[in-house]
Amino acid sequence: MQQYMLTVHSVEGSPEPSAEARQKVYRDVDAFNAELRSTGAWVFGGGLHPVNTATVVRIHPGGEILMTDGPFAEGKEHVGGFWVIAAPDLDAALAWAAKATRACAAPVEVRPFQDIPPD
Amino acid sequence: MPAVGGSEIERVFREEYGRAVAVLVRAFGDIDLAEEAVQDSFAVAVERWPSTGLPPSPAGWIITTARNRAIDRFRREASREDRHAQAALLLESRNEPVEGGPVRDDVLRLIFTCCHPALAASAQVALTLRLLGGLTTTEIARAFLVPEATMAQRLVRAKGKIRDAKIPYRVPGESELPSRLRAVLSVVYLIFNEGYSASSGDRLVRDDLCAEAIRLGRLLADLMPDEPEVMGLLALMLLTDSRRAARTGADGALVLLADQDRAAWDRGLIAEGQAIVRECLRRNRPGPYQIQAAINAVHSDAGTAAGTDWKQIVVLYDQLLVLAPNPVVALNRAVAVAEVHGPEAAIALLEGLDLEDYYLFHAVRADLLVRLGRGVEAVAAYERAISLTTNATERAFLERGVARAAES
Repeated sequence: MQQYMLTVHSVEGSPEPSAEARQKVYRDVDAFNAELRSTGAWVFGGGLHPVNTATVVRIHPGGEILMTDGPFAEGKEHVGGFWVIAAPDLDAALAWAAKATRACAAPVEVRPFQDIPPD
Repeated sequence: MPAVGGSEIERVFREEYGRAVAVLVRAFGDIDLAEEAVQDSFAVAVERWPSTGLPPSPAGWIITTARNRAIDRFRREASREDRHAQAALLLESRNEPVEGGPVRDDVLRLIFTCCHPALAASAQVALTLRLLGGLTTTEIARAFLVPEATMAQRLVRAKGKIRDAKIPYRVPGESELPSRLRAVLSVVYLIFNEGYSASSGDRLVRDDLCAEAIRLGRLLADLMPDEPEVMGLLALMLLTDSRRAARTGADGALVLLADQDRAAWDRGLIAEGQAIVRECLRRNRPGPYQIQAAINAVHSDAGTAAGTDWKQIVVLYDQLLVLAPNPVVALNRAVAVAEVHGPEAAIALLEGLDLEDYYLFHAVRADLLVRLGRGVEAVAAYERAISLTTNATERAFLERGVARAAES
């Protein structure tokens, strides 16, 4: 089985969904998660707090560690959550992504993991 | 056995390259390996066939030789640990048939993999020409007027994505088939149009693209005869291609359909295209390619431009607009309406079409304005059209239009 990361992209400053719409997303994502688990495709997943909670850690040329408040990407689009799934091939992963984007009402990016080298 | 010339080997290469790659991609699970093996195999053929003659089944010979060459390469290069697994894999693939049903499925698998929607359209086109047509990277780059290094990188990236993201090597299931088939047909039609419409660049390479698109169209028609749109696309390409010789004058200038020398149209291609259109009509499962083919068939039927059944063409465009509602179809319909109801009715249809940046929109409008005696507006429309095309032949045509409009 190949593992894929399904990343949910959210746009900062886009209009807040209504409470009702948000409840529907919660319900739909729960149902999607349940389907992932029941078919054995689930590896890991979850939603993230907003980007204002992010901290970037990087190394200076001198070797010391520098921390900055805020997200790494300067644009308005940020990762809002992700799943790691196991699927036989890209078509299967894309089919999951189609369900994911319906459930969370946001674009979903699909990327394959590199093969894990055997021990 | 009779000696075999270079052109005969070239013909076998064109016809069998994709088939051989398709079989070996499935056997090896690796596109690069399959390509190398098939190229090796043809290199051996070029050396041997001129003296030995064509083998009874050239396709089978190419595939068997390619397979054996790849196995030798495996043996030389494989590390001790994975030798066992590879031996098992190769043993399994060694005695497979090289013709008939399984091979047909392999060719379809390869087509659907090359045209997978997870690949960019430009990559789909390049991969299809490379793997199914056997065109070199240099030829593809020249045909699409991009630097060779760019095309090489495009192909490497596409093959890398197929491998790393595990784009499956299979024919899509019933539910996905319609949308996946549309992607395949649009790749083939794009190849055809690139060869047919763009006149900049190497003429020979462009004629090759049309021939390759038609070859792919025939291959699809052979593999999926029950798909009416596959037949429709083939008919559309054949009927369009039938007019190629009449489409440019001796000086290379563009000649409009109405002014073409109809004696120069290729009767054989017309007969074949029209027969397919009749078959599509009988099946009565219309689609955009079939209707476009039918429109071309109506043109082919007319002995003179004046004899064209424009009423029938408007009816067909009405149908096409229902199936493929887009402004370019609406523009083409307006051209047909002008012939039936006059330029006044046609120009009203252009209002509100979102085609401000499309040169043909302004060219059509200019022509209608000339016919309405509105010369000043026509000149402005021609100039807008000229500013939107880079194609030398089309520009020259439009500039003649400006001169005519200025006189009117």
